This record gives sequence, C-alpha cells and structure tokens, in this order.
Amino acid sequence: MEFSIYDFSSFTAWIDQSLRASMSPGLALAIEMLIIGVVILIFYAIVGLFLVYAERKVCALMQNRLGPNRVGPGGMFQTIADLVKLLFVELVPIKNADKILFSLAPYIVIIASFMAMGALPFAKGLHAIDLNIGVFYLMAVSSMGVVGVLLAGWASNNKYSLIGAMRSGAQIVSYELSVGMSLVTIVVLAGTMQLSEIVQAQQYGWFIFRGHIPAVIAFIIYIVASTAETNRGPFDLAEAESELTAGFHTEYSGIRFAFFFLAEYINMFIVAAIATTVFFGGWMPFNVYGWEGFNKVMNLIPPFIWFLGKTGALIFLIMWFKWTFPRLRIDQLLTLEWKYFLPINIVNVLIMALIVLLGWHW
Amino acid sequence: MKSVIEYFKGIYNGIKSLLVGMSVTGGYFIKPGTTLTQQYPDNRDTLVMFERFKGEVVMPHNEKNEHKCTGCGICEINCPNGSIEVIPTTEVTEEGKKKRIIDKHIYHLGMCTFCGLCVKTCPSQALAFSQEFEHAVFDRKKLTKVLNQPGSKLMKGVE
Repeated sequence: MEFSIYDFSSFTAWIDQSLRASMSPGLALAIEMLIIGVVILIFYAIVGLFLVYAERKVCALMQNRLGPNRVGPGGMFQTIADLVKLLFVELVPIKNADKILFSLAPYIVIIASFMAMGALPFAKGLHAIDLNIGVFYLMAVSSMGVVGVLLAGWASNNKYSLIGAMRSGAQIVSYELSVGMSLVTIVVLAGTMQLSEIVQAQQYGWFIFRGHIPAVIAFIIYIVASTAETNRGPFDLAEAESELTAGFHTEYSGIRFAFFFLAEYINMFIVAAIATTVFFGGWMPFNVYGWEGFNKVMNLIPPFIWFLGKTGALIFLIMWFKWTFPRLRIDQLLTLEWKYFLPINIVNVLIMALIVLLGWHW
Repeated sequence: MKSVIEYFKGIYNGIKSLLVGMSVTGGYFIKPGTTLTQQYPDNRDTLVMFERFKGEVVMPHNEKNEHKCTGCGICEINCPNGSIEVIPTTEVTEEGKKKRIIDKHIYHLGMCTFCGLCVKTCPSQALAFSQEFEHAVFDRKKLTKVLNQPGSKLMKGVE
C-alpha cells in the first residue's frame, strides 16, 4: 500500500480491499460505515471545540479584549474545561414539556449537521459519499436542522422558546431560497451537481474567478444567506438574548444545550466548507494555467491543508460579520431577503446562464 | 425610474456602511496594541489607578502629622447613608478660648456608596479619595476606620 498526503484514494481503496478480503461484502460495508462514523464524530468534536475557542478569541480581539487566557497556554483548554463542566451539569426536567420531542430535538440538529459532513470532499479521496446530486443533497440536509429548532421551541412549553423557533422557521424558509439560488448559479457554470466533479473542474481557476461578476455576487449572497441559515449574528433572532433570554434553547441544560451550541459551530463549518467547495475550488491548490513552477510550489501544500485553510478564512469572515453588525429586526430580515436578495439572485442566475451560453467565462 | 435609482442607491450605501463597520473591527483585530484589558492580579505591582477613581475616603496628612479637618460635621450631615461619624472634642487655645476640634473622624467603608458628597462639600478640603480598591477583609469590623491619625493636629491657618 502506498500512502500519500496528496492522494488518499489508494489508502481508502486499501482499507476497502483488506476488509473485503476477510469478510462478507455486507459486513465490510457495515464496518466501513462505522469507521467513517467514528472518524467524523472525532472530527466533529475537534472542530467544534476549536471553533468555540477561535470565536471567543476573534470576538475578544475585535472588541479590544484578550479573551480566554487562563486555562492552558493562551487559554487553549478553556473549551475542554467548559465541555467537562457541561457534561456534569444536571439535565433539568421541564414541567409540562413534551418529553419525547424535547429530548429528540438536539439530536435532530446534530444529525442534520452530521449528514452534511459525510458528503463534503475534504481532500482527494477523502470523501465519504460522492453523490451525483451532491449540492442538492447538502442543501436539503443542512436545512434540516431547523426541524430540530422548531421541535425544541414547541416542546419546551415556553413562550420565548416558541417565538424564537418561529422566527427561526421564518428565517430558514426565506434564506434557504437565496442559498439555493446562489448555488444554482454555480451549478449552471459547472454543469454538474457532483461535488468531486465541481472540485475537479476548478483545477485551473476557481469558480469565483472563472465566473467573475455573477459568481462574486452569488458568493456574497451565499455567505450572507448562509450566515442567516446557521442562526448566527447579525441574524440570530432565534436566540436574541436581549428579548428572548436564549430563544429556542432557553429550557435546555447540560449536554443537550451543548449539542445545540456545538451544532451551531459545526453548521458554520459546513456552510464555509460548501462555499469553499463550490466557489473556491475545495481542496484544489491555487493553480494558474501555464505557470508550471508556481503550480508545483502550490501543489506541495497538501490538499486538506488547502481545504481547511480556505474554510477557516470563510469562517473568520462569518465571525467578522457577527462581531461587527447589530442584530436585524424580523421585518428588516425579511425585507433584505424578499426585496433584495431574491430578485438580485434571479437576475444573477439569468446573467450566469447567458455568460455560459455565450462562453464569456474562462 | 426614480424608485429604481433609489433601490440601487440603497444597496450601494448599505454595502458601503457595512464595509466601514467591518474595517473598524478588522482594524482592531490586526492591531493587538489596541487591547484594553488589564491582567489584574498579574500586574498588581505596576497597576496605577487613574486620578479620578473613587477608591475610599481618606484624610490626607502632611509630614508634620497635621490634617485640615476642623470637625465642623458638614460631611456627616451630607452623607446620604450615615457612613461618617464625626466625634468632636474641645481644646483650650493659647488665648484661653474654647475651640471645637476633632477627636475621631470615623468612616464606615462598608456602608459607603462612594457618592463623593463628603469630599465635594468639605469647606477645608480635608477629605480626598484614594486609589486603593482592594477592600476585601475577613472581619467586618475592619471596615470601620478612623481617618485622623493618632496624635494628629489641625494644620495652621485652617479655620
């Protein structure tokens, strides 16, 4: 077996073959699914803990503060300490709450982000399922989290939770359109919905450069709309601490609250990862056609570093939004979507279709 | 047509003002020197509080152990929550006159709200605020302080 950090396909193929050689195909498939599940679970925990720490540091620096700096070097282990605390916190039972839905809601939120994680191409060959409708699948799955939010709000038997959940519902219904339309713009350019092919097509020039003006407009709309979709500030009306205590997760405590908290950060990672894959070439290094020496240097950096680097930059952008802009009112939120993003988006898709037809992209 | 222009003008101005906001926070992010946080217990030796900070009420004494308090009791009258008790006594001056002077100026730090009325209304500027802020003690009695030092006298020329 040859192992390389530039191409994982031989490594995954070797695991597959050695499993199939010693057991029945059905059992091999089950074990492979288990391995992927465990790997994604570990990745999930690491990313979640790191992003919580990163967010606290970023927001502190933007507000002229220092952020966590006591536990470990530079406060590195603060989030781990927080997690351990949350694990020991009592799960407060809520009177007159719908018990089943109440305990189900955080799992739906987690499962929705988990499912999206499986379809993301992390590096060459490091791609759990390569669906031929990848973009469509990601859109469908990533908006499933709102079901969990609505359930949490309804089952809590609390007016704040319900208002928060309803706001979240209104928000997702509106902004899912924008996210979909902006991704459709790129699907028109790429001519495929399969994520591996979308990444492959961006070898010489990422789509944001190849699709120039409409791609940039689509990217701006995507990043704003997906910020709204993950219920993050300035669109965090569903939580709105000043009005609704904590919105839909007011009644949640302990590890159930931690699930909601973690899912918010993982969703942020997922929307940034989708944007990376679709607009910024996924794990593809920055290559320019014809510049052989430059391309060789760029190709020295492993693909997963490229992927995580680009995703990290976009996550930073989303954090930057949150710690700069004040929260929108619900009417401002809906005005922004229905009066600005949606019409601009529809025109943008048309322009992109024209550009593709006339061959004005490169 | 006018409304169309207004529409695009709105988008342009909106994006512009958002970018201004982002440049401010982004500027703070890349300039670590703008951090204001004081790492308090670590910088305890070098920490200097600013002059207008109201730590606790003190009575400044000069090097000859003299203060300016005449014992008039205006601070006691003005104190909204009775944190100050002025206990006067009388002294016979050289000319044989009886004069009211201070025996004890008692200050209850535990009751003080740091409003500053005593310092502001003192006719002879006998009281001041110190920058001391570490007030925690294990015994409540320690919060009752006598501000005039033992053996101290009224400064010459203060009536």
